[in-house]
Amino acid sequence: MLLELNGIRKSFGGVHALTGGDLHVDAGQVHALIGENGAGKSTLMKIVAGMHRRDGGEMRLKGAAVDFARPAEAHRSGISMVHQESLLAPHLTVAENVFLGHELLRGPLADRRAMDEKTARLIAEHRFPLDAGRRVETLSPAQKQLVEIVRALQSDASLLIFDEPTSSLSESETVEVFKIVRQLRDRGKGIIYITHRLVELDEIADRVTILRDGETVHSCPRAEITTREIVHHMVGREVSAIYERGQLAPGKVKLKADLPGAAFELRAGEIVGIAGLMGAGRTELCQTLFGITPAHEGSIEVDGEKRAIGSPREAVAAGIALVTEDRQQTGLALDLPICANIVMAHLDAICSGGLVQAGAEEEVAERYRARLQIRAESIRRRARQLSGGNQQKVVIAKWLFRDTGVVLFDEPTRGIDVGAKAEVFALMEEMAAEGKALLMVSSELPELLQVADRILVMRNGAIVAELPRETTQQEIMHHAAVGA
Amino acid sequence: MKLQSGMLQRLLPFFSLIALFLILSIASPYFLTATNLSSVVRQTAVINIMALGMTLVIVAGGIDLSVGSILAFAGVMGTMTMVGSGSVLLGIAAGVLAGFVWGFANGFMITSLKIPPFIVTLGTLGIVRGLTLVVTDGLPVVGLPKEHSFLGEGTVGPAPFVLIVLVVCAAIVHVALHSTKLGRYTYAIGSNEEAAVYAGIPVGRYKIAIYAISGMLTGLAAMIETSRLMTGQPTAGVAYELQVIAAVVIGGGSLTGGEGTVIGTLIGAFIMGLLSNGSDLLGVNPYWQQAIIGAIIIMAVALDEARKRRFAT
Repeated sequence: MLLELNGIRKSFGGVHALTGGDLHVDAGQVHALIGENGAGKSTLMKIVAGMHRRDGGEMRLKGAAVDFARPAEAHRSGISMVHQESLLAPHLTVAENVFLGHELLRGPLADRRAMDEKTARLIAEHRFPLDAGRRVETLSPAQKQLVEIVRALQSDASLLIFDEPTSSLSESETVEVFKIVRQLRDRGKGIIYITHRLVELDEIADRVTILRDGETVHSCPRAEITTREIVHHMVGREVSAIYERGQLAPGKVKLKADLPGAAFELRAGEIVGIAGLMGAGRTELCQTLFGITPAHEGSIEVDGEKRAIGSPREAVAAGIALVTEDRQQTGLALDLPICANIVMAHLDAICSGGLVQAGAEEEVAERYRARLQIRAESIRRRARQLSGGNQQKVVIAKWLFRDTGVVLFDEPTRGIDVGAKAEVFALMEEMAAEGKALLMVSSELPELLQVADRILVMRNGAIVAELPRETTQQEIMHHAAVGA
Repeated sequence: MKLQSGMLQRLLPFFSLIALFLILSIASPYFLTATNLSSVVRQTAVINIMALGMTLVIVAGGIDLSVGSILAFAGVMGTMTMVGSGSVLLGIAAGVLAGFVWGFANGFMITSLKIPPFIVTLGTLGIVRGLTLVVTDGLPVVGLPKEHSFLGEGTVGPAPFVLIVLVVCAAIVHVALHSTKLGRYTYAIGSNEEAAVYAGIPVGRYKIAIYAISGMLTGLAAMIETSRLMTGQPTAGVAYELQVIAAVVIGGGSLTGGEGTVIGTLIGAFIMGLLSNGSDLLGVNPYWQQAIIGAIIIMAVALDEARKRRFAT
């Protein structure tokens, strides 16, 4: 047994994050750790990696009881973590990041050349699309994830923890990551693999452990459990994971975009999907429509009227909202209360005579908390304290309150759990039924097929195909990758 | 339970102020006298009023290092106008306007040149001080109408007039910060500027407004300073920015933005005022005062950080 966790407990200021975390990982095994957000996966892993100290319970590494006070101690014992959100220093190069904290030295000086060479060798060995000398801030999210992986590879750890490594990766990059994970497993390393994508389990997991509400509720070999049973263990109740969208009844044209490479219409009541590989220009399209990178040519019409959209402010005024890909960076003021986030884009509605009306903010927030089932103790809680799914609901509530006719969703289900995904989709359908026009960018083809009324496929910055909802993943990939 | 102790820590600056007040009342027979207390109010009014503006700036995630220089510039402009026109009110208006202009300029440069506020205001700190010295040739403006002394030294009933000015300003800034769009946007911008832009908030315009308001309040503080000295000193306000920032920070303002309150700032400013007054009364070497205030800043922020860490997750 490589790692043995029994009855791990941890609380933060009275909140019990973990009440009974059990996990047994063997060498040469990919052990999937799953559970909804807030189930305690990250806390458990942070304890293993020495970032948190447990309150109680037992932790054994290769049979010996261990207790890590600092990440460096865990690291020395052969535990390495590949973080989900990049914990990289943006101004340093790839190689500098890979060796951050364990620099190779020649005398008292850092041996840059050796570090560059070793990094380049690791990159070449795995054929990553990376350059050891590039500054990390110039990399895409996927490339940053690869840097994290190279960093773990470099340290030659015996236990590697992958925290949702594929959540920001494209299809082909995901395949590459799987290959690396298997390679590492075959070299006898123990791997803990945290994921939200249950479909990945078939590809990668040897064993599955499920956490719910801070406790390990089930653990067994992958082959002995169905996806349905897993979902049941995760949420503790039956969930209709397969979401069915009702019949489409498109209304009048809400948005008419005539941009270089992207001419299309969105109608009231419609959810239009945008598919494409990473870098195909999907996010860029959203940003242009929302005025972040205004178009130099072409035109955008909202409700039949031509609108100049040079900033998000003008986009919102024209009736276009954007639920961004990265809600922590651009969607939420994380340290403000939930209610402040919900009213942020539409303060005029609760102002009178220049003053925000007492109680109006709370009233609005309570209304949306009930309608969107935002799970929080109080609307005065900071947005930071919510799970990913609930944060996303706050972002959606913000735009529901602003009541724009067009809502763009860029990867709306990124980093949120199964239960919350179904709720987000239900909300999107509700919005469409109200007569809003929705655009949804997603890298999850099954989700697009499930939710969208029709799908536009982008490649190299242009829309190359429009497919009906009855299309297949193969068809979409065909257009996205090579063209018809 | 956890909420209560969190609340307790949040109120720590307030309790510290009360404790300080009680200790000084016991330690010195001169402390709890009308003369001494009104002198504390008069002495701290200038820093206090500047700190109100700085609260807005810091909550918005900014910083203004130039307020000390703006104080001197506005004081000189106001007193020159006063001497030239013979009108006290016109002079005060000119001082406030001068502060407004520099605050606006700071905000404009920060948003349009996209330079961090630390750098812009470090620049204007020098520019404004230099211009003040050029305009006055380094000499104080004298010959102010004697009615001008009322602003800083006058009393209304038992209360120093500056106390009324301070309370009115504080009330206005408090309401602005909590119940107007400007205030809400200030918190939003300070908490996550990018998210504020993405919410369709005209962030640039509001940032300019925030610096301009801070400048205006500094202009008003400048006129109080000139009223107390009855001259317009081109060298006034040196290093005031540090005291002003300290007041905001001791009162719970966060230099990373999104946090801070008017009440906290007032408490912070009065803690510093009492410390300095108490040291004088108790005969503590004034050189020590600076060291003590420095230590208090670090302690206040350390406690605040500990509270945030404990109640974050």
